[in-house]
Amino acid sequence: MKFSSLMAITLLIVPTLAADQAWGQASDQSSPNATRGTGDLGLVIERASGSLLVIETSERTALGRIEGLGDLSHASAVFSRDGRYGFIFGRDGGLSKVDLLARRLVRRVVQSGNSIGGAISQDGRLVAVSNYKPGGVKVFDAVNLDLVANIPAQASDGSGLSKVVGLADAPGQRFIFSLYDAGEIWVADFSDRANFKLHKYPNIGELPYDGLITGDGHYYIAGLFGEDGMAMLDLWRPDLGVRRILDGYGRGEEKLPVYKMPHLEGWARAGDVIFLPAVGRHEVLVVEPGSWREVGRIPVHGQPIFAVARPDGRQVWVNFAHPLNDTVQVIDVPSLKIIHEFKPGKAVLHLEFTPRGEQVWISVRDADRVDVYDTESFQRLTSLPAKKPSGIFLTARANRIGL
Amino acid sequence: MVSGHFRFRRSGGEARFAGLWDAIEWPAIVRMCTMAFSTMVLTAGLANSAWAEGNISAQRQQELLYLLQQDCGSCHGLTLKGGLGSPLLPINLAGKPDAALVEVIMQGLPGTPMPPWRFLLEEKEAAWLVWALKTGQTMKATP
Ligand code: HEC
Repeated sequence: MKFSSLMAITLLIVPTLAADQAWGQASDQSSPNATRGTGDLGLVIERASGSLLVIETSERTALGRIEGLGDLSHASAVFSRDGRYGFIFGRDGGLSKVDLLARRLVRRVVQSGNSIGGAISQDGRLVAVSNYKPGGVKVFDAVNLDLVANIPAQASDGSGLSKVVGLADAPGQRFIFSLYDAGEIWVADFSDRANFKLHKYPNIGELPYDGLITGDGHYYIAGLFGEDGMAMLDLWRPDLGVRRILDGYGRGEEKLPVYKMPHLEGWARAGDVIFLPAVGRHEVLVVEPGSWREVGRIPVHGQPIFAVARPDGRQVWVNFAHPLNDTVQVIDVPSLKIIHEFKPGKAVLHLEFTPRGEQVWISVRDADRVDVYDTESFQRLTSLPAKKPSGIFLTARANRIGL
Repeated sequence: MVSGHFRFRRSGGEARFAGLWDAIEWPAIVRMCTMAFSTMVLTAGLANSAWAEGNISAQRQQELLYLLQQDCGSCHGLTLKGGLGSPLLPINLAGKPDAALVEVIMQGLPGTPMPPWRFLLEEKEAAWLVWALKTGQTMKATP
């Protein structure tokens, strides 16, 4: 009796061990050749050294570094839909394609003098880059980075080329972006790749500085630096044109100095409302999409830069502009109250949630560190060394509209 | 006084880039005259680092260089080749009077995202930054 049960246990254990060993080998994290999935991978931009850290969020480690990407200040990334390739948009006009599994640079083209961001098309076959200089958008084939289209941002009033900001992908193979100097929103429709169509919306307001598309692809919103309001295009009803929303949200009061431009890509939709960083006010605005009614505003620590919703929409995490950029605040969505505040270190530049939101990864530039926090207990789980880290991008973005 | 300079002024289309001169409001000019002495010292002194270094500790100079790259760099580009803000390389600033550039840094350019730094920097620090920009100090320093 005793013996046979012991046997049974042994029989159970042995195959498990064997399987474990095989599994352990196959998933050996240190080898770039290992067979593994990409759903838990990500990239950390190391802005000063022109390199990327490849990270994974299951064991919370860095797998390796990809080098030689040029000037990565203000760089951002999008992913191929299989999560294997990252496309990095560098400030020096460089567009780089990297392989997260092999951890190498696949191709790099310097496509302009000065660029600001990019997007990947709905079908994953086109990558668009928005440029400051010369102002416009260039569209590339996602496989080989060959140029597919060049869209110079000539202002409708003839005043010349405009810097382009707030580029996002939209359903229907469209790219949507804003012209900073000209005050326009343009939609480029690539459903016929060889003959793309351009729709222009002039006079949207002064100095759009960034834009976002809601996660359902329904609304595009441009923040206006030169006005006390924002510009909104309903992509389900483009015939209605661009409308002004939140007009006079600053109530005509004087702006506080803005030492860093807020990022709208981080604008958060949580539950039934959207959270927006105000410009020149130390507040996060709470707005109801559709009616665009302001339903609340939350006083925060400084000029908000990113207000990012945890994927379940229960919390919104906020970081701040220089010189108050050592702090992170957590807003509880149901009560619209700040429930937690902490100081990870000097120059918190970005935060990114794991796909289901149990962890948040935070880059602390001046400490040369990426910190990982538990979003329920707010405990720090681990820290990884990184060289002047800025943006953190996880492959889960591959499957989300607007990211 | 402070609030007077916070006021958000809208500048028209093309005027925006020429913003530097339009944005200097008359009270600012008056203030510039009152600092005529320091301006003279600045214009004479900016050319040589000895003056600038003499007034600002070595440690503070390092902090300012870091600020220039990282925080001015968030709008002007890490290498100061330009971004949302105009390029700030020596060649871009060569013809512009030091005092006017100091004024831009301290007061900002109303109607554009260029913020006033007077809440965070002293005037002599802004002057040091102008010297550092004109002489390309950030290109020499490694990030
Ligand atoms: C939030 C964005 C932002 C930040 C941060 C910023 N600037 Fe600017 N700056 C601008 C913009 C935009 C302009 C151009 C304004 C215009 O359209 O004329 C500008 C213009 C200038 C100019 C005038 C350039 C010329 O050729 O006339 C100087 C000098 C300058 N900035 C210095 C600085 C310094 C020094 C810092 C850091 C202490 C700094 N800026 C930080 C946005 C910024």
